[in-house]
Amino acid sequence: MIKSLEELKKIREQYKDTLQNREAEEKNIKILVGMATCGIAAGARNTINAIIEEVRKENIDNAVVVQTGCMGFCYAEPTVEVRMPNSEPILYGKVDSERAREIVKRHVKNGEVIREWVLRG
Amino acid sequence: MPVRMELLVCGGTGCQASNSNRVLEVLREEIKNSNLENEVSVLMTGCFGFCEKGPIVKVMPDNVFYVEVDEDSARKIVAEHVVKGRVYQEKLYVEPDTNEKLPEQSKIPFYKKQIRIALRNCGKIDPENINEYIAADGYMALGKVLTEMTPEGVIDIVKRSGLRGRGGGGFPTGVKWEATRKSKSDIKYVICNADEGDPGAFMDRSILEGDPHSVLEGMAIAAYAIGAQFGYIYVRAEYPLAIHRLRIAISQARELGLLGKNIFGTDFCFDVEIKIGAGAFICGEETALINSIEGGRGEPTVKPPYPAQVGLWKKPTNINNVETFANVAPIILNGAEWFASIGTEKSKGTKVFALAGKVNNVGLVEVPMGITLREIIYELGGGIKGGKKFKAVQTGGPSGGCIPAEYLDTPIDYDNLTALGSMMGSGGMIVMDEDDCMVNIAKFYLEFSCDESCGRCTACRVGNKRLLEILNKITEGKGEMEDLEMLKELAETVKDSSLCGLGQTSPNPVLSTMKFFYDEYLAHVRDKECPAGVCKELLKYYIIPEKCVGCTACAKVCPVNVIHGEPKKVHVIDRDGCIKCGQCYKTCRFGAITRK
Ligand SMILES: Cc1cc2nc3c(=O)[nH]c(=O)nc-3n(C[C@H](O)[C@H](O)[C@H](O)COP(=O)(O)O)c2cc1C
Ligand code: SF4
Ligand code: SF4
Ligand code: FES
Repeated sequence: MIKSLEELKKIREQYKDTLQNREAEEKNIKILVGMATCGIAAGARNTINAIIEEVRKENIDNAVVVQTGCMGFCYAEPTVEVRMPNSEPILYGKVDSERAREIVKRHVKNGEVIREWVLRG
Repeated sequence: MPVRMELLVCGGTGCQASNSNRVLEVLREEIKNSNLENEVSVLMTGCFGFCEKGPIVKVMPDNVFYVEVDEDSARKIVAEHVVKGRVYQEKLYVEPDTNEKLPEQSKIPFYKKQIRIALRNCGKIDPENINEYIAADGYMALGKVLTEMTPEGVIDIVKRSGLRGRGGGGFPTGVKWEATRKSKSDIKYVICNADEGDPGAFMDRSILEGDPHSVLEGMAIAAYAIGAQFGYIYVRAEYPLAIHRLRIAISQARELGLLGKNIFGTDFCFDVEIKIGAGAFICGEETALINSIEGGRGEPTVKPPYPAQVGLWKKPTNINNVETFANVAPIILNGAEWFASIGTEKSKGTKVFALAGKVNNVGLVEVPMGITLREIIYELGGGIKGGKKFKAVQTGGPSGGCIPAEYLDTPIDYDNLTALGSMMGSGGMIVMDEDDCMVNIAKFYLEFSCDESCGRCTACRVGNKRLLEILNKITEGKGEMEDLEMLKELAETVKDSSLCGLGQTSPNPVLSTMKFFYDEYLAHVRDKECPAGVCKELLKYYIIPEKCVGCTACAKVCPVNVIHGEPKKVHVIDRDGCIKCGQCYKTCRFGAITRK
């Protein structure tokens, strides 16, 4: 039973994440994870799930995380591309879940490009 | 593990009819078989408006819009898109002009100019899950109204927003609420009109199926504003899915205390009940609707008194349309100024239209008031089918009129459409091309009105029938010049001496086609010709000598033996005896028979 506006807001917060995927069009940061056969073999599924978890944990609600096909860097899979508004896309290589979380915290949240993992950009 | 990808499957009536339930099952099975059920989920949403291209499946957050998905392509979508991250090209929308494949919904011309307020959640949330509605700011407006605003404050916002009734009349909603608020009574009612009788219109059904809570929330806000404790939703029995979803929505809202006693811990109590109507068009008229809820005959009564003073069970009652209610919560949350910034001077916000007829893209579109007919028909609608020539657009259903090409650039709002002899109505919009006969169109709508007249007023009961008789005479080639005058005079009489909106507007299709397409009437009456080649009795069948090879096929099928000619020689039709059955026309394989 909802007995106040505060309680309604609590339910809204609790379910806010359910609509995150569906509001992708309104978001201006895009994180792409290569999920072709090569990517998946190298563990891209763990990578993408880690990214999503971290994005939700850090309450970043203007970023969408999508999977994409092969980006042509099969030797460096899993690959992750970060597209921030008004800057060139940055492509990272060999992104395991650990690196993935770092990228979200440092690059997506704070705008710091992590040079040593960059493949292109 | 958070869900990283969602497949939204349309669960509207249109897509369910084209088997979207099965598509949903297949998607779920395949995702499970790929061991992705913890990361990828499949859910059913309301109508996307593009029902003709259904079943629709939208993949988010990738933002890829698939059309006409069947079981087989559902499997491919999982194998290609979900598993490998490659868009499955075969089921993307293809732009007919350029043959370009458009994966993104917002890039498809049908959606480009749409602004979704009433349809904001349709195709986005699971209508059977109240938590998703709440996640999309649902019931926030009701909470704000109950805990922070006075009823007068609510009425003021709605008045300043400029919202007008979407059910046909276009009466200012806030003014109506104010009138009901001012009527003194312990008991008052709110009614939602979901009768939706206009043939071809289905926006109310789509809202109820796709976002039922938006209507409940709008009703509760109205109830608070006018001082009502109870509401009815009058919905036709032909809408089983809408009724089903409404029932679920009502019970979920009751469970959370968003309907019932002391909502949000305040003194405000409100609950609703569904009333199922038999689906007569006249029951959509508000006084007839009230009579019907009371268990009486669905016949209109004289106004005044208006329902705002003497309504259901003689108590003050506020009636609004489904779409009107769906607009209320966003107005409260975003403000009157926001809503009033969309639209024209006297028609604010958006309107949902059911675009149909001879256009490439048909379906439900929600567009800002003030958009032109041309934009809707040529941009959203993708132009006339088969490259034919536009002739007219019929708006407002059986009470509306036909608008010719020279007014295509008119900004659409209540007043402009009325000035053109048509109406906004509930938002029906049927496009006609060169192959449509305007006399026949007028006849079609008049037949509808004749069937649906409740019979109370002589002008409506007898007058419409007489009008129809004259139109029949004209389309059968028996019309005389006096008939045209008679038609006009009688139409005006029916308009002026009928009690309710049905009789007052039923001659509109006749009057507007006579005004804009008088030459077609003349052709039927004076020249005994139907220029569009529709009216069967007026057609003349000819054999084109250059094309006829003398195969004798037509002579053999002619039931009255009026086609003559020797084998391998040109045949001729003896038109005096021709009964215009059209058999020869269908039989000739050489395109040698024409009719005009
Ligand atoms: C013959 C006739 C049929 C009508 N049918 C409907 C209908 O199906 N749905 C509807 O909302 N209003 C219909 N109306 C208009 C209602 O009488 C009433 O004006 C409307 O429900 C008020 O709501 P609104 O102010 O939100 O538009 C009809 C009116 C007439 C005269
Ligand atoms: S105008 Fe027609 S439908 Fe309306 S009350 Fe009179 S007879 Fe009935
Ligand atoms: S069917 Fe056509 S081609 Fe054959 S005789 Fe008749 S008009 Fe001529
Ligand atoms: S029912 Fe699916 S798009 Fe309308």
